[in-house]
Amino acid sequence: MPTLKELAKEQELLSGGHRLCAGCGASIAVRQVLLAAPKPLVVTSATGCLEVATTIFPYTAWEMPWMHSAFENAAATCSGIESAYESLKKQGRLPVDTKIYFITFGGDGGTYDIGLQSLSGAAERGHRMLYVCYNNQAYMNTGIQRSSATPKGGFTTTSPAGKVKPGKEQARKDLTEIMVAHNIPYVAQAVVGDWRDLTTKVQKALSKDGPSFINVLSPCRLGWGCAPEKTLQTGRIAVETCFWPLYEVDEGVHKLTYKPKEKKPIIEFLKLQDRFKHLLKAGNEALLAEIQEDIDKKWKKLLFLSGEKSE
Amino acid sequence: MRKLLAITGNEAIAYAMKQINPDVVAAYPITPATEIVQIFSQYAADGEVNTEFVAVESEHSAMSATIGASAAGSRAMTATSSQGLALMWEMLYIASALRLPIVMPEVNRSLSAPINIHADHSDTMGARDSGWIQIYCENAQEAYDSLIQAVRIAEECLLPIMVTIDGFIISHAMEGVETFEDKDVQNFIGKYKPAHPLLDINHPITIGAIDFNDYYFEHKRSQIEAMNKVEPVILKIAQEFNKTFGRSYGLFEEYMMQDAETAIVVIGSTAGTAKVAVNNLRKQGKKVGLLRLRVFRPFPAEKLSKALSNLKAVAVLDRSTGLNAYAGPVCTEVASSLYTNSEKKPKILNYIYGLGGRDIFVEDIENVYKDLEKVVKTGRTENLINYIGVRE
Repeated sequence: MPTLKELAKEQELLSGGHRLCAGCGASIAVRQVLLAAPKPLVVTSATGCLEVATTIFPYTAWEMPWMHSAFENAAATCSGIESAYESLKKQGRLPVDTKIYFITFGGDGGTYDIGLQSLSGAAERGHRMLYVCYNNQAYMNTGIQRSSATPKGGFTTTSPAGKVKPGKEQARKDLTEIMVAHNIPYVAQAVVGDWRDLTTKVQKALSKDGPSFINVLSPCRLGWGCAPEKTLQTGRIAVETCFWPLYEVDEGVHKLTYKPKEKKPIIEFLKLQDRFKHLLKAGNEALLAEIQEDIDKKWKKLLFLSGEKSE
Repeated sequence: MRKLLAITGNEAIAYAMKQINPDVVAAYPITPATEIVQIFSQYAADGEVNTEFVAVESEHSAMSATIGASAAGSRAMTATSSQGLALMWEMLYIASALRLPIVMPEVNRSLSAPINIHADHSDTMGARDSGWIQIYCENAQEAYDSLIQAVRIAEECLLPIMVTIDGFIISHAMEGVETFEDKDVQNFIGKYKPAHPLLDINHPITIGAIDFNDYYFEHKRSQIEAMNKVEPVILKIAQEFNKTFGRSYGLFEEYMMQDAETAIVVIGSTAGTAKVAVNNLRKQGKKVGLLRLRVFRPFPAEKLSKALSNLKAVAVLDRSTGLNAYAGPVCTEVASSLYTNSEKKPKILNYIYGLGGRDIFVEDIENVYKDLEKVVKTGRTENLINYIGVRE
């Protein structure tokens, strides 16, 4: 587990001056991942906020070899880079004492939706790479459209709350467990708001001789409609309400990495964000109850999987 | 020692790939190109190549992984056909704009719908403006020879290249193919020295940045310039290949063209059939010729129009259709090159043939020459577009 003192000594590999929003969860996640990761690194990104805001030609914020090719294929692109590394290393055409670590960043659109196939393929093939999904639960780069990571009841521009519909009608896809089903060495959920938990998971993931996946809930002040100075708190309340439990699946074994002392009601999370504002109006009580029920059910299942006592 | 092998087009390509010994091959099966990948994966399984073979989950990922591997600084290849190429479409443009010297054998097959697995050129003609160099081969020998040259062309021009053969007609037909020794192929292609490999951790670079309207045009302009410079490189490397291995290739092949009054322009395996027709008609004293276009990208407009300008009439055979209510892709480019490059303009006919693997016979081609003779006699073309062997 890295200490704050150790991390503070590391060089920042995502330099300042990029154009991500004030209070952007993604940039916080990326900086923490890069600080904690062993070096040297080669990084790949999917198309998305992170990519467009950090590489506006002729500038780049990336202080290491970095590549973007398209939206749905960051994992496939990274798998090609990693295969080239393996090939050249075996042939003695790279320095023998250098071990390069490979990290891919994608948003939830590029990971849950359009990039799911290439992520699944890369995971199944066993490439030694860490895929980090900075999950802000919608297509923020194109202007807040629903993805399969958008939670039930969430307002987006393509799942708007209207006279007959209360925002997104479907539940979120559980990508973390989809990745667990790939039987890769390490899968985890983390959050922007708990640096110690995230950085520890990054180091565990990159210690594996194979693929790993971390799903980082990353508040988006624009898409979520929350105060930019409240990014970390918003992330933390997602954990305290069990909207986003922190856990890992290390070599197939589920383990909670944080258990709230007292699980807070989901309303505590929802009320901080404009995307759920409509749910708080009279007439939506049943939907709110349903959302709470969904969360309770999933939490119970996770407690069981992690060998914890049911509450 | 050179070896004469009785092998199919796919086998010839897989064998050339083995001798090229790329660092990474990422590929996905598709009829009729599957064998290339299959045979090559056996070479990898037997340790006959140093290649990291990546059996990806789609052609989109095949091209994406090949792009990643090439950007990383390795010699990277893939192979595909038809729908596979169509699925790669997005990534083809990215491969060429990132200036990655990827070499890809492509087995020409029609595009769905209706689904059909047989030869036509719809697939690669659909990718003709993707910034890839395109070489269309007549037979397995040419495919073997061209793939070896393609490595050098791609790496010198920093552009990706596809080398194509007609599905089944060449990919699955057995021919005698003269192959070279591994070390001679290796000597010819040389060691790959990438200029800016991503894996050079001491010189970190950013690949695939975003351009706004202040830079995009300049980057595209430099890509245009890169393609403008390809033609002499192809010719130079062909000359070197001829000196080393004794077989000569150009941008196109002229057959009986010196004194020809009419000629056919054709791409791919049909040239073999057309040569028989030319021989038959020459015996009858007809002054007919054949121009087989080999390099379609870059389009050799100046040299091609010069070669055709003295003809009285020319028929362009297209094994795909532009579905543009005008003419096939080869014909439109041949016609426009004559318009822009030549004072003299032969009459032009366009023949759409062989879609979905429909056979074309010697007598079909002899009939085209008869049509041309009629045009010369009357000075009139009745139809620009004609179809060979289709039920109307």
